[in-house]
Amino acid sequence: MKLLLKGARVIDPSQKMDARIDILVEEGKISSCGTTIKAPPAAQVINLTDMIVVPGLIDMHVHLREPGLEYKETIATGSAAAVAGGFTSIACMPNTDPVNDNRSITEFIRRKASEANLANVYPIGAISVGSEGKQMTEFWDLKEAGVIALSDDGKPVMDAALMRHAMEYAGSLDLPVIQHCEDINLSAGGLMNEGYWSTMMGLPGIPSIAEEAIVGRDILIAEYTQTRIHIAHVSTAGSVRLIRDAKMRGLKVTAETAPHYFTLTDECLQDYDTSYKVNPPLRSTADIAAINEGLADGTIDAIACDHAPHARTDKEVEFVYAANGISGLETSLGLSLNLVHEGILTWEKLIAAMACNPARILNLDKGTLKKGSDADITVIDPEQTWRVDVKTFVSRGKNSPFSGRKMKGRAVLTLVAGDIKYDGRAL
Amino acid sequence: MPETKSPKVVMDSDGIERCLTRIAYEILEKNKGIDNLVLVGIRTGGIYLAERLQKKISAIENTKIPLGILDITLYRDDITKTSKKAPLGKTKIPFDLEDKKVILVDDVLFTGRTIRAAMDALIDFGRPKMIQLAVLIDRGHRELPIRADYVGKNLPSSLWEAVSVNLLEKNGKDEVLIEEET
Amino acid sequence: MMKLAKKDILGIQEMTVDEINLILETAESFLEISTREIKKVPTLRGKSIINLFYEASTRTRTSFEIAGKRLSADTINISASTSSVVKGETLIDTARNLEAMNPDIIVLRHSAAGAPHLLASLVRQSIINAGDGAHEHPSQALLDMMTIREKKGRLAGLKVAIIGDILHSRVARSNIYGLSKMGARIVVAGPATMMPRNIEQMGVKACTKLEEAITDADVVMMLRIQLERQKQNIFPSLREYAQHYCLNRKNIKLAKPDAIVMHPGPINRGVEISPDIADDPACSVILDQVNNGVAVRMALLYLLSGGNE
Ligand SMILES: [Zn+2]
Repeated sequence: MKLLLKGARVIDPSQKMDARIDILVEEGKISSCGTTIKAPPAAQVINLTDMIVVPGLIDMHVHLREPGLEYKETIATGSAAAVAGGFTSIACMPNTDPVNDNRSITEFIRRKASEANLANVYPIGAISVGSEGKQMTEFWDLKEAGVIALSDDGKPVMDAALMRHAMEYAGSLDLPVIQHCEDINLSAGGLMNEGYWSTMMGLPGIPSIAEEAIVGRDILIAEYTQTRIHIAHVSTAGSVRLIRDAKMRGLKVTAETAPHYFTLTDECLQDYDTSYKVNPPLRSTADIAAINEGLADGTIDAIACDHAPHARTDKEVEFVYAANGISGLETSLGLSLNLVHEGILTWEKLIAAMACNPARILNLDKGTLKKGSDADITVIDPEQTWRVDVKTFVSRGKNSPFSGRKMKGRAVLTLVAGDIKYDGRAL
Repeated sequence: MPETKSPKVVMDSDGIERCLTRIAYEILEKNKGIDNLVLVGIRTGGIYLAERLQKKISAIENTKIPLGILDITLYRDDITKTSKKAPLGKTKIPFDLEDKKVILVDDVLFTGRTIRAAMDALIDFGRPKMIQLAVLIDRGHRELPIRADYVGKNLPSSLWEAVSVNLLEKNGKDEVLIEEET
Repeated sequence: MMKLAKKDILGIQEMTVDEINLILETAESFLEISTREIKKVPTLRGKSIINLFYEASTRTRTSFEIAGKRLSADTINISASTSSVVKGETLIDTARNLEAMNPDIIVLRHSAAGAPHLLASLVRQSIINAGDGAHEHPSQALLDMMTIREKKGRLAGLKVAIIGDILHSRVARSNIYGLSKMGARIVVAGPATMMPRNIEQMGVKACTKLEEAITDADVVMMLRIQLERQKQNIFPSLREYAQHYCLNRKNIKLAKPDAIVMHPGPINRGVEISPDIADDPACSVILDQVNNGVAVRMALLYLLSGGNE
């Protein structure tokens, strides 16, 4: 199968490219790029004038719920949501039931993903058995089974000694360790950001220091052991500052944030709408400003949506009992494009945060349109305006506070290894 | 839009005074004096009329008879039909009703529903020997089997007309008006 | 004719000054009914009110029950055990079942802030919040305001000190919302661990010393200390708390000579208020609060009941 993408503006930060060129895809790879490529015989030509072509987007932090919680999402529905949102690769967190803490679960996930045959699905393995924070999992075996990173996401590693050992052992295997930073003693019982709005609403607060205390601690471990640490879903100004300082001192620290942390504040919670309930919680406008700054200056490397699909019954309960999370894959690009519209990020920086940098952090040979690389390509219509409607979500999780929101820019074509996995051009 | 007719005065200040004087005498005559007699005015127009009757009876008999105030809002039969509520006034019955002859006083007798509510309310306070009704205006159109014992003036009216009793104490002027409802 | 703007009473935060005045004036008129020999009016005959209590509270539940009965409504008490609540679905399921029973008003007490808002969005009946977590307790604040107005003749310009565990107190929040709308000046005091973050942004003055807060106060409102909070390490012991935050004969002299003392009950005697102050009719209005509570709740039930127009 040959495919010629013609006439688009191609933005590929991995080659510092922003030009109007054609891309030829042959046998799942990018075979050539050039100003005017003549279509070889039997090639399908897709005219993409007015479109933007970027390296296939990568979301390094999603929850696919399978095995065990298929009523919320499956690997098949989650990867369908991914390609519909413009993502060609996703990395899924291990907090399934059972937890992905051994080879058999990892292999199961990979098998289901290849059966679904949509996005590339990269399993993240648990740091500790059952993510219980006690016994290290078999990192080496997990890596051989296909795990590309380690995390106990949702259950932060509170035991500093375990974290140190995990970072050292994983470091020797070149496996990134991802920490959900939350001191669970400081956040105990908390349901939303601690501040004016939690005071008004009488909901127990989660102080920003609950996140920052662990960010700081893990940076110290990374420095002491000369290993890598990746900070998941940064939500506070203090975390941005700590990470910036660490990077300036040359430490191997990387970080991601999610679209809701630069889009929404805790004020949104005032009607106790559980669709806004996430962990870490929505913070203040000052935190949004710091996160924007962190994205702009590269302190925050990646945007990952923390896709957390839930069933209606998980959310339509008292606030205290409601599950945390947003079904984010289908709104992530639209919300992130806002940063470009508002002049906070350039297109190049945005695509770096949504494709190149996640690939680099996870050691994936992705996130580029260089000749010879996998033909994972996302085509974006930058001018298309559309309105979010959860009813049309491909994901099983319809839990989104963004329902009804107007967006500008949308992925219209998603190619994985040269195959069209999503075509939304007719929408 | 129908043209609005200006209200017609059907009774002036002197007329009201004469009616009340006559009613005071009728009350005394019918009850053969003031023994066990109490007045209860229905909020809001009835209060002032009851006060005036109290004064007139005191002047004739040289003794002040007890006076109570009744707010019948909570006894209305249409109270929960609407979420709009009339402001609730205070009820003051500062005496025992047991074996009393109660003269219930109101400004206008119309459907009779207010009087029905007032009698229910009174009976919750005790068991009076009897209840009599004094009104300044009886405009007809009864919906319940109720009739007044003392009437200032019978005023035949149509259903689309509004009868209003203005009193010095609350409106600054004594007069009874009739007008077409808009 | 007057009416409340909303179908539900979820909190004082949403109320206007006019609505608060309407409720207080209506309640004042209802006071008289409780002095009658037959303490009952037929107003809500045929209406049914469900008291749905997910948290034990004999006082509030009884007060709502008496209020309903004095208006001739049928009152039904449902106490949900906390063990079944933990699963979370219970409120929704219960709401659907209750709706099928077609009550007119549901009075809800729940340990989760926002639970009444959820219920109100799910059912067409009027919901009265009888306390949700640390959020609001509107009928308590209304009866407190009624009591203050009864004793002081006004709310505007008064200095009200609220003392105790502000962080966990729905009574404090509702009173802060209500009293500040009505023009009172509020000072809150308690140990720093019991002060919610950014409390000053709610328009109150905050301090950590009881003496500072009650100086020249017209009203001193003492909050109940939940003994189980000790486990969360927000105060070391009742003994130490009482030494510094108990209102007594000596420190009350700092307040205005005619200051009144309030408490939402039940009192931990000798912890929040010394017994001689709590029982002193010259300053304690705690029993008036209970009495006014029934009248306020009658007013709420009365004003919420009505047609579907
Ligand atoms: Zn997480």
